[in-house]
This record gives sequence, structure tokens and C-alpha cells, in this order.
Amino acid sequence: MFELLGIPPQALFGQLLLGLINGSFYAMLSLGLAVIFGLLNIINFTHGAQYMMGAFVTWMLLTYFGINYWAALILVPLIVGATGIVIERLMISRLYHLDHLYGLLLTFGLALIIQGLFRNQYGVSGIPYAAPELLQGGHNLGFMYLPNSRLWVIVASLVVCLGTWFMIEKTKLGAYLRAATENPTLVGAFGINVPRMITLTYGFGVGLAALAGVLAAPIYSVNPNMGEQLIIVVFAVVVIGGMGSILGAIITGFGLGLVEGLTRVFYPEGSAVVIFVIMAIVLLVKPAGLFGRTA
Amino acid sequence: MMKKLALATSAFAMLAATPGLAQDVSVKLGVLNDRSGVYADLSGEGSVIAAQMAVEDFGAEEKGITVEIVSADHQNKPDVASNIARQWYSEEDVDAIFDVPTSSAALAVHEITREMDKIFMNSGAATSDLTGSACSPNTVHWTYDTWALANGTGGAMVEQGGDSWFFITADYAFGHALERDTTAFVEKSGGTVVGSVRHPFPGSDFSSFLLQAQASGAKVVGLANAGGDTINAVKQASEFGITQAGQSLAGLLVFLTDVHSLGLQTAQGLVLTESFYWDLNDQTREWSARFEEQAGDKPTMVQAGVYGSVLHYLKAVEATGTDETAAVMEWMKANPTDDPLFGQGEIREDGRKIHDMYLFRVKAPDQSEGPWDYYELLETIPADQAFRPLADGGCSLVEEAAAQ
Repeated sequence: MFELLGIPPQALFGQLLLGLINGSFYAMLSLGLAVIFGLLNIINFTHGAQYMMGAFVTWMLLTYFGINYWAALILVPLIVGATGIVIERLMISRLYHLDHLYGLLLTFGLALIIQGLFRNQYGVSGIPYAAPELLQGGHNLGFMYLPNSRLWVIVASLVVCLGTWFMIEKTKLGAYLRAATENPTLVGAFGINVPRMITLTYGFGVGLAALAGVLAAPIYSVNPNMGEQLIIVVFAVVVIGGMGSILGAIITGFGLGLVEGLTRVFYPEGSAVVIFVIMAIVLLVKPAGLFGRTA
Repeated sequence: MMKKLALATSAFAMLAATPGLAQDVSVKLGVLNDRSGVYADLSGEGSVIAAQMAVEDFGAEEKGITVEIVSADHQNKPDVASNIARQWYSEEDVDAIFDVPTSSAALAVHEITREMDKIFMNSGAATSDLTGSACSPNTVHWTYDTWALANGTGGAMVEQGGDSWFFITADYAFGHALERDTTAFVEKSGGTVVGSVRHPFPGSDFSSFLLQAQASGAKVVGLANAGGDTINAVKQASEFGITQAGQSLAGLLVFLTDVHSLGLQTAQGLVLTESFYWDLNDQTREWSARFEEQAGDKPTMVQAGVYGSVLHYLKAVEATGTDETAAVMEWMKANPTDDPLFGQGEIREDGRKIHDMYLFRVKAPDQSEGPWDYYELLETIPADQAFRPLADGGCSLVEEAAAQ
């Protein structure tokens, strides 16, 4: 049997596929961040906490109301998105005229508060969430055993990412959004309610984070720190892709998942830092990110 | 005349050392652990509650000992732990530090305690180096260590025919020590280690490492990690069908709170080693019920260890009438330990606290009779076999004693 770089090709395919699955989470989360940054110019540090809330609300719906996973896929983004809208109206909207830094500090503070509240209530070990029947079990692909729950993550993430990209780049609503990003005053003059559009966009971005949380609930331990661990990586993904670039966020999300997956095979100790090494290099060579436009 | 005087003097000295006459002493105890990260549930506030319970149960106030307990979050970082320990010792007059999970942080506090000549009673950390190659006259390692875990769980797995191993190891002092100690066991029993992978700490996605373990063809996948890492790894091992495909999963360090978080459906069948379980006997049940009233959860062995170590420390302070390091430490090592949670035991000259260890298996959901009824006792490992023999640790204190 031939070998690639010292490991059998089957194992390599398996690892690449796993990288793609992790990339699915990165892509969905960085997409939400990119949408929010693109329109609101807010660096949403609460994103990780909102992802965590997505997973917790999924668990709460099942535990307290008997609402299953499939319904949660629709309900949770709406519920958590609604909390996002409240936060935007009450707090973030007051900071638009200030420097980016204030938005960052506000959302960072909020993230710590939300995490602290959940930690106080549920501890850090996490709570179990059983996968629905349809997602239990898996397929033997010959080179690896692929659990259905992971396959579903890739499919769901691809659909959501492409759907969002299509909506923003190819539809009339998306055209309004992009126009409002460029020149809110002018778009407002055409009779479009820009503040409401901004609010809804923030709610949508938060909803995306929550949806990623729903997808994560049956796979990872549902615990208050789950977002904190992921968010820093996701920010690196956004920076590498180019702040505010939708397509950049999606492609780099999946791409970096792959790179990280490969690192786990060849140098596992380095898998936690590889993305940041890439980020540093990209920033040196192309400061606006791979898909970003220089202002 | 001279003889009489000598007699009188020694009688006076004996009186002075009698507990009833001890002058008022005040001690300050620091509980240093993880209060927000992956180990917060197994140590955290629960350890502080356990320390307070020890002070109350001991009746320190009635015995003329004023005890103040301070606590802090070391965030599982050795540098943060060092800074807090140094500040406590040098500026806040802390006499002894307790708990300190996370081996890398524990080793840091261990060194500072030696340097400042204070007392460190570790409960939370695992590395057997604390009483081995890095041993110190100022440290007592109370609850468990990597050697005892390897001896319990590793030994049991090999006995069941698990003679080839693959390790998934947390990439820091603790994981390395646990892998090393377990490897020694497996090889001594005629088994082989076919490979290992070191994951960043803390991690959340273990699929890649599990796939490597699967590809290795080893009979046993040894998880040399703890807390949130073990929870995620076990959960994902079940997702990837590791055990269904015929490999066994060995959780080398699994705490009660981990099983609680996993749920019995996922955790059932795991074999694990602990030195304390709330449902061992009437005394542990009584104490654990009181603990649960305050903490909301049943205690882990780490929290129980904090209780036991604070109790023994206070006994030493009462007996010696001082908080002076050398005297207290000498008393603690010279006198047997006895508490409701660990029973009778002793502290060896290398600082290792000796007591029974227990091999448990996690119950299936239908065997469990209620909340927190998780473990079935497989075997009691007697104290004299549960820990690394004194001569094998490479501790310099033991070598010095032997040379004299």
C-alpha cells in the first residue's frame, strides 16, 4: 500500500473530512461575524457566548418543553436572535458614532457576563444532549466511520453559508444591505429604514451563531465555556478571510478547518496555534486579509 | 538535684506540648484552584466549602485556633498560580496552600512553597512527580496520583486482556506523567503501546485523535486527560463508535462530576480509579449529604481530599501549638491520619499520603437507583499496594534517609 507523507491515504481522507466538519463550524460562525461587521462595523465579541446560548437553549427546549432537535433548528436562532435584537436596540445602537473599540469592549463585557451567568447556573462540566434518532449511528465510508451527526453538520453548514451568500450578493434585499454599508445616508434618502435593517442584520448574525450552537449540541459537551474556546479561532478566521467579506469568511472557514485537521495528524501539539501562525503571515503579506478590500 | 531538675523540665516540656494547654494560634489557609475553567466543577468553590467544613468539624474555635480561609482562581495557569502563591506567602501571611489541581500549576506552587518554607497540601493535581523526582519536604500529596491511577485502571484493563494501547494525552505535565506511568504498567504486564497523540489543553474536538486511535488497531484507547477534555473525548468516542468496533476506552482519570455531565447512557461501563466516593459507607454518605446541602452537588475525591488534608493540618497545629512549618510537617508525617472520608492512613517521608484506592465501574442507566448513584465498586486496592513503593519514586528525601 502506498503512503502519503508517511500515513496511509485512507487515514488522510478521514482527517481531511474531519477538518471539513470543524471548518463548517468556523465558516458558520465567521459568516455571522462578517455580516455583522460588514454592516454595523461592530466587532461582535459576544458571538461565542451567543453560540453557547444556542446550544443551551436547544437543551432547555428539550428538557423543559419537550421540543425536539429539528424544531430547535428553527426556534433557537429565532429566540437567540431576538435577544440579539434587544441587545442591539438597547446598547449597541448607542455606540455607532464612536470608535470600533467601544463596540468591541461592550460586546466583550457582555460575553463575560453571559458566560458567568450560565457558569453560575450550570457549572463548567456541561450537560448531556442526546442526538436525535436520525442522527445516531453512522456510515462506514471504507476509509473511516462517519457519524451521521457530523455528516449533517457539513450539509447544514454548506446550505446555510451558500444561502446567506446568495441572499447578500444576489438578491434585492442583499443589494440594499450592501448599499447601506457603503452609504447609509443615501440609502435612507431612498426611503429605506436603515436603522431597522441594521437591527435585523445583527439579529440575523446572532441567529447564525445560535444555529451553529444547535448543531454543536449533540456533538460537543454543552457547557458555558464552549464559545470562549472557539471564538478566538473564529476571529482569526475572519481576519485571514478579510474583515466583512462574506465569501472570504466562508472559504477561509472551511480552508482553515482543513489545515487544522492536517496539523492534528502531522504535529498535533501545534494544532492549537497553526491558525494564528497563518493569521500572522497573512497580516504581514496582505493586511486586509485574503479576500478583503483595502480601504 | 540535677536529676530532679531535668525531670521537672521534661515534665514541663511535655505539659507544654499537651493540646489542652496550647496557646492561641491563628493560621491562614489558602485554597487555590480552578474556579472558572475545565476543572472548576471538580475542585472550585466545592473545595473551599470542604475546607470550611473541616474547620467547623474540627472545632477550631473551641480549641483556641483561629482559622482564616482565603481562596483564588489560578485559571489552570502555572504563572498565575505562582504569582498568587508568592503573594499569599510573602504579603498575606498564608501558612499553607491547599488543593491546586492542574499538575503544571501544582509543580509551580510546590517549588515556591519549598523556597518560602511553607506548607503545600495538594489534593487536586495528579502528577506523581510531586512525591517522586521533584519531591520536597514542604509538600504533602493527599488524594491520588498518576501512579495510583495507572495501577488501578491500567492494571484492570491489562488484566481483562487489553494488552495493546494507544494514548490520547493532554499536552502538559499531567498528561505526560499519566501516560508515562501507565506505559510502565502496560509494558511491565507484557503489553505494548502502539502509539500516542498529544492534544492541546484544553481541547474540544477530539475526532481527529480518536480516528488516529481507531486506525492504530490498539485494543485499548487510553485517555490521559481530565475534566472537560475527558468529557468531550468520551462523548465523541461514543459518536465515532470506538467501543462498538471492539476497542475499549480507558478513562485514566475520571471524576464523579465528569460522569454526571456525560450522563450514564454515554458513560456506562467506564472503569475508573478513585480514592473517594460519596456512597462508600455511612460516614462518607453523612458527610456528602452535608456537603451537598451547601454545594448543590455531591463531592468529588478532590474536594474530599481538601477536607481530609485541612483536618490533618489542624490536628498538627493543635498538637504542636504552632503554625511553624517544620514542627507541623514533622507532626503530620509522624502521626497517622484518620478522617471519616479516607479512613486511617499515613503520610510517608516523600510526602505521599497513603490510603485505599477503589476501582469502580460506571453503572448502566437501569442499574442506577437515583441521582448521583453512578458507581459500582469492583475492587478495593489496599493502601500498601495502591501507591508507588517508596524506593521507586526517585525522591531525594528517601535516598538521604536511607544513606543516614
